[in-house]
Amino acid sequence: MSADVLRMSAASLAAALAGKQITAEEVTRVFLERIRDVDPQIHAFLRIDEEGALATAREVDRRRDGGENLPRLAGVPVAVKDVMTTVGMPTTVGSAILDGWEPPYDATIVAKLRDNLMPILGKTNMDEFAMGSSTEHSAYGPTRNPWDTDRIPGGSGGGSAAALAALEVPLALGTDTGGSIRQPAAVTGTVGVKPTYGSVSRYGLVALASSLDQAGPCARTVMDAAMLHEVIAGHDPRDSTSLPDPVPDFVGAARRADVGGVRIGIISELTGDGYQAGVMQRFTEAVETYRGLGADIVEVSCPNFSYALAAYYLILPSEASSNLAKFDAMRYGLRVGDDGIATVEQVMARTRDAGFGAEVKRRIMLGTYALSSGYYDEYYGQAQKVRTLVQQDFDAAFEQCDVLISPTCPTTAFRLGEKLEDPLAMYLNDIATIPVNLAGNAALSLPVGLAPEDGLPVGLQIIAPHRQDQRLYNAGAALEAALEDQWDRPFIEGLQ
Amino acid sequence: MSGITRDEVAHLAKLARLDLTDDELDRYSAQIDQILDAVAKVAEVADKDVAATSHPVVMENVFRDDVVTPGLSAQEALAMAPAREGDRFRVPRILDEE
Repeated sequence: MSADVLRMSAASLAAALAGKQITAEEVTRVFLERIRDVDPQIHAFLRIDEEGALATAREVDRRRDGGENLPRLAGVPVAVKDVMTTVGMPTTVGSAILDGWEPPYDATIVAKLRDNLMPILGKTNMDEFAMGSSTEHSAYGPTRNPWDTDRIPGGSGGGSAAALAALEVPLALGTDTGGSIRQPAAVTGTVGVKPTYGSVSRYGLVALASSLDQAGPCARTVMDAAMLHEVIAGHDPRDSTSLPDPVPDFVGAARRADVGGVRIGIISELTGDGYQAGVMQRFTEAVETYRGLGADIVEVSCPNFSYALAAYYLILPSEASSNLAKFDAMRYGLRVGDDGIATVEQVMARTRDAGFGAEVKRRIMLGTYALSSGYYDEYYGQAQKVRTLVQQDFDAAFEQCDVLISPTCPTTAFRLGEKLEDPLAMYLNDIATIPVNLAGNAALSLPVGLAPEDGLPVGLQIIAPHRQDQRLYNAGAALEAALEDQWDRPFIEGLQ
Repeated sequence: MSGITRDEVAHLAKLARLDLTDDELDRYSAQIDQILDAVAKVAEVADKDVAATSHPVVMENVFRDDVVTPGLSAQEALAMAPAREGDRFRVPRILDEE
């Protein structure tokens, strides 16, 4: 039974729980045991909350036995990226500066997991302050890719993605500022969704770049992502940038899974040169699968995407350098060198040097530079213009198409250490995911097979216009089902 | 190359309250110079007549009703303080010697 539970989708687990074929406590124990077995190798988790998870599971069982009608995902375990505040569990954001910090309130999306009676197994590893594409920038050591433990699991949300791929948890939360949900999903063979900007509350997320950050669901199937997305979406009065719109029927869209007559655009700038051969091969096959399903395939051009990466690496450091100014060693977190002689500014500077890692310091200085007078117009001002141009490219493309597609990443998972001392090479990994964050629209990554040359997962990205996230689930579920038919099994069966 | 100097990076570090070691300054100067060189590409759109976008979704001012709701207690707010004195945060001295 336990081997089955590990491989079951969240949707099947929810059905088995509702049908009382298994208890929430049994399910939770199976995953906790799996974590004990494999996490010493993978290091997807920064901390486990066995007691809290089991308490929630027992509550689910008790209330279900009492005949109560429970939320759909009640009793289905979930993991939370360590960027989200959790009462009773430290929140470090992968940084030494917040080592042991226990937040006084829950992030809204964490509160929603609790309201839905989902046992929270623990907090997942990430690049420090979500800066990175490999999870190697965590102050607590890297996470390893379950497909090949010498490789990176993507980042910044490598912990959530690796936990899913290693069957340590059926669902997880992530945040995506430039690809931190989608790129880890792609390189671990899992599913990740970056919702429309503002459609999921940011309250209680430790901010990286406020105009780009967006929380979203991580899962092993498109339907599972849709179910978790419905749990976390919706307006939050505590986040003034959160959209007032009602939550669309994501699950219904995933169930429909019909792309007949849907216009799918291939973004020509996000294919070809610079993309690994095996990535392009699987992508091209997926396009043919879509054609076979009755979709209209068109090619679109987004010429300003060539400036997107440059604009992103000005906007993100600028916003991050402001957001991270609050780590000043005065009210919470690390304090270094307070010897009674040092001034407050010296203590701040010593603490920040000791508490921040290399990538964080680099980006803080870049942002400080881009925002400084004399350079502001040349860098930050120009980057904001590029942002407008990228949006205009998307607008034009969506006049011809219902959704857009591209490979999620130019390559499969690279090796640990390979790009650590070459920040620019690391940044290039997000070339296909970044335009979406600049424009604020929605995107999903799903696995489309393994690259023949290295046997590692390849992800395909589907992009939808603002507030049309349901199109991702329809188009994603259609492709997923067709590929399962071709392979004669679900992709996740390849996981060990 | 953008030509950012080691001294300029040292100045940035001071502004950003980062007490960098000499080693760090050497390393970051080279890397920041390289990154700035790459991102300078945004200047190519300079002559284009485009508006700046600071936020991805157009939003009006957002107001809430002006009602008092419970906040953190002093004990909760101070629970994670690196140093405290009574009901206050204790901070290093604010004034310099002179």
